Formats: sequence, C-alpha cells, structure tokens
Amino acid sequence: MKVLVAVKRVVDYNVKVRAKADGSDVDLNNVKMAINPFCEIAVEEAVRLKEAGTATEVVAVSIGDKACQEQIRTALALGADRGIQVETEGAVEPLVVAKLLKGVVEKEEPQLVILGKQSIDGDNNQTGQMLGALAGMPQGTFASEVVIDGDKVNVTREVDGGLQTVALNLPAIVTTDLRLNEPRYASLPNIMKAKKKPLDVFSPADLGVDVTTHLTQVSVEPPAERQAGIKVEDVDQLLDKLKNEAKVI
Amino acid sequence: MQNPFETEERRAFRETIRRYVEAEVKPHADEWDEAGDFPWRVHEELGALGYFGFGISDEYGGLGFDDAFMRAAAAEELARCGATGIWAGVGGRSISLGPLQSLASEEIRSRLLEDIVLGRKGSALAITEPGGGSDVANLQTTATRDGDEYVLNGSKTFITGGMKGDYFVVGARTGDAGLLGISLFFVEWGTPGFSRTSLDRKMGWWASDQATLYFDDCRVPAANLMGAENRGFVAIMENFNFERLSLVAGAVGMMKTCLEESIAYARDRHTFGKPLLEHQVIRHKIADMSARVDQVESYMNMICWQINEGAMPVAEICKAKFAATRALEFCASEAMQIFGGAGYLRGNPVERIYREVKVFAIGGGSEEIMRDLAVRQMGL
Repeated sequence: MKVLVAVKRVVDYNVKVRAKADGSDVDLNNVKMAINPFCEIAVEEAVRLKEAGTATEVVAVSIGDKACQEQIRTALALGADRGIQVETEGAVEPLVVAKLLKGVVEKEEPQLVILGKQSIDGDNNQTGQMLGALAGMPQGTFASEVVIDGDKVNVTREVDGGLQTVALNLPAIVTTDLRLNEPRYASLPNIMKAKKKPLDVFSPADLGVDVTTHLTQVSVEPPAERQAGIKVEDVDQLLDKLKNEAKVI
Repeated sequence: MQNPFETEERRAFRETIRRYVEAEVKPHADEWDEAGDFPWRVHEELGALGYFGFGISDEYGGLGFDDAFMRAAAAEELARCGATGIWAGVGGRSISLGPLQSLASEEIRSRLLEDIVLGRKGSALAITEPGGGSDVANLQTTATRDGDEYVLNGSKTFITGGMKGDYFVVGARTGDAGLLGISLFFVEWGTPGFSRTSLDRKMGWWASDQATLYFDDCRVPAANLMGAENRGFVAIMENFNFERLSLVAGAVGMMKTCLEESIAYARDRHTFGKPLLEHQVIRHKIADMSARVDQVESYMNMICWQINEGAMPVAEICKAKFAATRALEFCASEAMQIFGGAGYLRGNPVERIYREVKVFAIGGGSEEIMRDLAVRQMGL
C-alpha cells in the first residue's frame, strides 16, 4: 500500500508572530520556519504503517517555493521514502492546494492520503475535506486512531461529543488530530540518509492545475491587547461590577 | 547570530537535539540535579539520535563522518537544559571515544565501541590525579610490565562518567619521568584491583557521576596497552581539542540560557512601577550579555570551520575556551543580578549555571593553562 503524506512549511510553533507594520501580512523576515506540527503527525503515522508492514511506500509532498524542500527533507529524515515538491510562488489558498494534491493523487495513485487537520499559520482546516470532494475519496478527519483493515481503514475521530469511529473504503483521506501519535525525533543518521532520497519537482502546469486564487487577504492585525484583570473584594462587588461596568447582567 | 556555514543538515540535527532536550530533559533538570542522578535511558536516547557518533566509523556504530559544527551544536543544545551535570554525565564517554577508536586493539574496538556509541555502555577518560590535573606530563600512576600483563597502581580523580562507566582509558607511567614516559591503557570495570568512590559535595554538576578511581595491583592484559608504549602524552593532548571545543559550545549554551532566562524574568518582574526590562540599567546588562554570546559563538563557528578544513587550530581552541568561560562567568553573574533574591534560591537554571561556571573554567584545562598553551603556540 502506498501512502501519500502532505507537509507544509509554516512558522515554527515557538515563534511569536508579528503583523507587518503596513498590516498586509504576518512578518516572515528572519522567522524560524518548520514543518507544520499536524503534518509531522501525519508523517509519523505513515511511517508507523510502513514499519508495521502495512504500507510499502511513503511519499511526502509539499507545495511552495524551493524553501519547502527543507520540510520535505524533514519528512524523509523521519522515514518517508521519497519526496515531491509542487513548485508555486507566493501564497496558495486551500482550494488551490487541494487541486494540486488531487493532481499528485492522480499521478501517484496512493491507497491512503494523510494530511494534518489544519496548518498552524492559516488555521483553515479545509484542504483535506476539499481534496476528498475533488478526488471523490471518502474522508476521516480529526483522527486519533487509524487502523487499516483489509480494503478499509477505520478512523477514530475526535468529535465534540466524544469519539466516533468511521470505516472508509480505500483509497481514502485521513486528517490528523493532535493525539494520533507522538512524532519521533529525526536521528542524525536518518537526516544524512534523507539527503540521498529522491525528490521530484513538478509545476502546477505539469499537473494541469490553474493556481488562480479566489481569496484576497485584506489586512492582518494583532489581537487587541487585553486589559489587566482586577480582584474583587466580595460577591456584592462582583455583582455590582458585572451589572454596572461590564453590563452583562 | 547567523552562522555563514549553516546547512540544512546541521540545522535539522540541532533542531532534533533541541526538541529532545526541551521535551525529555529540561522538564526533569531540577529534579535530576537535586537527586544527583539521571536515568540511563538519556544516554541511549541521545546515542540513537547520533550524539556520540562523530568521527567513529559506521562499522562501530558511529556516523562514519565528522563535523565540528554538529559536534558543537549538539553540545550547545544539551547544555541549554539548564543542568550541565546531565551534559557532563553523558559527555564523559565522548572524550574516551577518540582514543578507543584510534588506539585500542581491534578486538576491543569490535567488542565494545558500538555499545558505547549507542549509549548502552558508559566509558570515561582517566588522566587527572589527586596530585595534579593540568600537569599531565607529571602523572604518578604507574603501569609495570609483568609477563603478558601490566600492573597498574595509583589513583585518578574528577573522572567524569567514572561511577557508571564500564570502560576506562587510563593514563599511566610506563617509563621515565616526564612526558615521554606515559602510556594509555584500556581497563574494564570489574578488573580485580580496580575500585572507585563517588566525588560527592561538588559545587555543581550534581547530576554527573564524577569519581575517584583506585588501582591497587590492578592487572590488565598487555594487549590493553593503547598505542605505543610511552607515547600516550601526544594522544592525550590531541584528545583535549574536541573536549575543549565541547566546553566552549557548552558555555555558549549556558550563556544563551542565562540571557533567555534574564529577559523572561525582566519582562515579568515589576519594580518602581514598570517591568525590570524597561530600566536602562537592566537593558544595558542584556546588551552586554548578548554581545558576549555573539562574540563567543562567532569565534566558535570560525574554529569549527577550520577543524572541518583539516587543520586543528590548537591555539584558537585554547583562547576560545578561556574567552568562553570568562564570558560565561560574566553572563552568569549578570543574570544573577537581574534575578536578585530569586536567583539565590535553588530550583532555577541561573542559580545552577552560576555554580557551574567554575567547572567549565577549570575542567579540561584551566583558564591559566589555556593562556599559557596559547602563548606557547605563538612560539613565545
């Protein structure tokens, strides 16, 4: 079974992002970049499937400019077998990403596609679902457990009411939630081996995809600074403040 | 500061060690240091990540390549855990690995190098004696040939990794007085006549298993002689280079921790109606600390580049070591001043680093010896 994993280059989760002075975007100048944490979980799950003998090949795909090859190499160091970069310039919106991934799916014909449920930059949580719709594949989103069962995959999903398990016919799409697994650390021997693994580059045209965007980013602002809280003396004072200052009761 | 020699692999490896330290070491650093011990799994986990494999061929479990930048990055990132006793405890083996690979017999290498490199077993280098450390040429432990064996007598102290170590590289006198009478021996823990005691009540490095070793008519096979008889001194001196580089890198990591902790504390702590960080006197301390970090880090990067180019810059390593520990002393002291009373209480990295400055400034060649060696290298 071939598994395709999508990985995205995002601002490292430890970085406190700032808006640009002109409010056009987040300032990415000299900011540390990393693989999106949910994508890393997706890679780990695919590699575990391979180690368990369920998957035969793990292909990591990323979409972006040349810099995103670093995140593909990270996936290769974690155990993916080969990489694919779809080279794009500038921002790509979820629908375009989903279309490009569909192109890769048609080329590679994987039995399973694993994606992060969302990336920590845009927080859109759309790509996996859009890919499911475009490719006509069943989807199991917010996965906390993935079990391959013959020509099906059972996906346990984290939903508001608890856990829901869905059985999907393969080929299928899974998006990962935080508790699916704990990704391993890339060891130095594996980092060095990743250098030698194949990495193919395609253009959107190779995949027959139009990358015209439909969304325009209007402005980016930092969240409003919160006022410091106060301590109230007693319940009466609390009620008074809620009634007359906050005006919520 | 940016390193002009950065590569994707170097960045990825640093990231691996940083993340490992953040998740698996840092949360336990206080507890382990107070307990004076840490779990053996840390050796094995770091071993699996490649921490000990530099310069060791892959047939012995090593990486099959060397890279001074990666060595330094690993040492720096682990030192950032805030309790360098852990750093020393795992790193003790590193200074014995070079001599074991280059000088031990093939039987010894193929039997145990992989176990050491992968962190399953511990090893240590035993040179310093109760009677003297820096004056290596004058060491007193003796090894006398008796048939197919050597008989070792004497003692070693301040041996990092000494209490948990399984394998030891021991310097002993086989010939006349002076540097041309010293040889290196491979000695296994468990050999009759070999005993050890823990070096307790240390100023810092509590988590590290420092030991005093005793050799009392301890007999080892003649095949345990490492390299040629009476030629141990040069091997010991060459081995110091990577040890000192890792001490410089460790100091950089500790300085960065001092700086980060200081900034975080100065942001939170309010005095005279505003955060500490907004007081000019504190801002200047931050600037001075930051400049020292940049200076030592840049110096270290140039040295790493030169080592990779094939020339061991002995003088620069000596100079960098004392420059690094002077800078570390400054940063630790300034961080303590910023923390004030809070820094005087145990349970924070700044207090611990302040206590650990001296083991870096003295161990692996004291600042005074480093200056002397540097000037000698200038032909003076």
